[in-house]
Amino acid sequence: MGYSFDFGAIAGYAGLFLQGAGITLGLIAIAAILSLFISIGGAATALWGAKWARGLVMAYVEAIRNTPFIVQMFFIFFGLPSLGLKLTAMTAAVIAVTVNLTAYCIEIMRAGIESVSPGQREAGLALGLHPIWVFVSVILPQAIANVYPALVSQIILTMLESAVVSQIAVMDLTHVADLIQSRNYRTFEAYFVVAVIYLVMAICLRRVMARAGQRLFAGRAR
Amino acid sequence: MIELSLADILSFLLLAARWTVLLSVIAFVGGGIGALLLLLLRYARPRFGSGFMRVYVEFFQGTPFLLQLFLIFFGLPKLGMDVSPLMAATIGLTLYASAFLAEIWRGCVDAIPRGQWDASASLGMNFIQQMRDVILPQSLKIAIPPTVGFLVQLVKNTAVTSIVGFHELTKAGNVINNATFQPFITYSLVALIYFAMCFPLTFWSRRLERRLTPTGHR
Repeated sequence: MGYSFDFGAIAGYAGLFLQGAGITLGLIAIAAILSLFISIGGAATALWGAKWARGLVMAYVEAIRNTPFIVQMFFIFFGLPSLGLKLTAMTAAVIAVTVNLTAYCIEIMRAGIESVSPGQREAGLALGLHPIWVFVSVILPQAIANVYPALVSQIILTMLESAVVSQIAVMDLTHVADLIQSRNYRTFEAYFVVAVIYLVMAICLRRVMARAGQRLFAGRAR
Repeated sequence: MIELSLADILSFLLLAARWTVLLSVIAFVGGGIGALLLLLLRYARPRFGSGFMRVYVEFFQGTPFLLQLFLIFFGLPKLGMDVSPLMAATIGLTLYASAFLAEIWRGCVDAIPRGQWDASASLGMNFIQQMRDVILPQSLKIAIPPTVGFLVQLVKNTAVTSIVGFHELTKAGNVINNATFQPFITYSLVALIYFAMCFPLTFWSRRLERRLTPTGHR
């Protein structure tokens, strides 16, 4: 059986690809920002919280890290409405990606906070700074600087994993490929082009974030 | 809508979970062999193989696993091959696992001091002997914890193969959900079974890691 590849059949859909890539990037951007903030609180709780709160955070982290993302997403998209919480596909996707990413970020953030030497905290307290201010302005910047590369690769990994949200009909990049191949039967071409777009996005994101990291944390990271 | 008792649902899921386990084992063995080949290619001289490994790893680590699976499931038939969901899942997971394992093990081989290569070369060993008798046995010790950690990721990734219609645990969950309309219970049980498979691995990997750190083997 002969089959000739025809990437020309795909070229007309450039606008759709762009739109899908925008949704994928937007989804991961929202999730990443939310996750970073939540995980700071989560990591602090895991380190210094009350015993029950610490247990709760650790149980959450372990539960998420040891189950597949797609099951978490189905649970949120199909399971929560059955409890009376109606969600659109996009909201469910944002929640699922955030819930997933936060668990990993808590672990990373905790390692970062632990990597800051205790002398920093003691010095801050000795200067009469409020403990919360010591955490925010002394410990946290150094902690984030130390684990910044790990955070970046986790965010990129999660972006790639978010391709699965196309299965609950979020119009992300993968869903665009599904759509195009259902119109012109060019399955391989559509998925190949989208795979390459993901690859380019992952490489660019890594570069840009590494650059931003150098600017943001000049001289801070160990 | 069909009424199923909790025991029925659970036994149906557990039967499907056998496929998840089997698929993980196949992918790990296949991926291990693939990674070993990639490593040999990477370190053999002349070094034309290292560029290939870089591109291979970059592609499989830089694209979603779902799309790799689609490319195999929809792409190979166009080249005239008949691909069942099981075969697509096996090929996809094997290629994926070999990229990640090769990258993990490369780090472990690189951690072996340069002097070990030089010393074994000066004893007149050829490349295969160096790898087999000197380098790999030493890297093995530091490679085990991250490899076990990756196994967790592999088990979780088998869930994605449900999308191309392979009947494993997640797919079984979808089937039951479609029949009973009890998504909350169904997906809780599915998650619980995955947790029961992954958590022991996570725990084991962490213990192995702790055992390694005090000796300062880095």
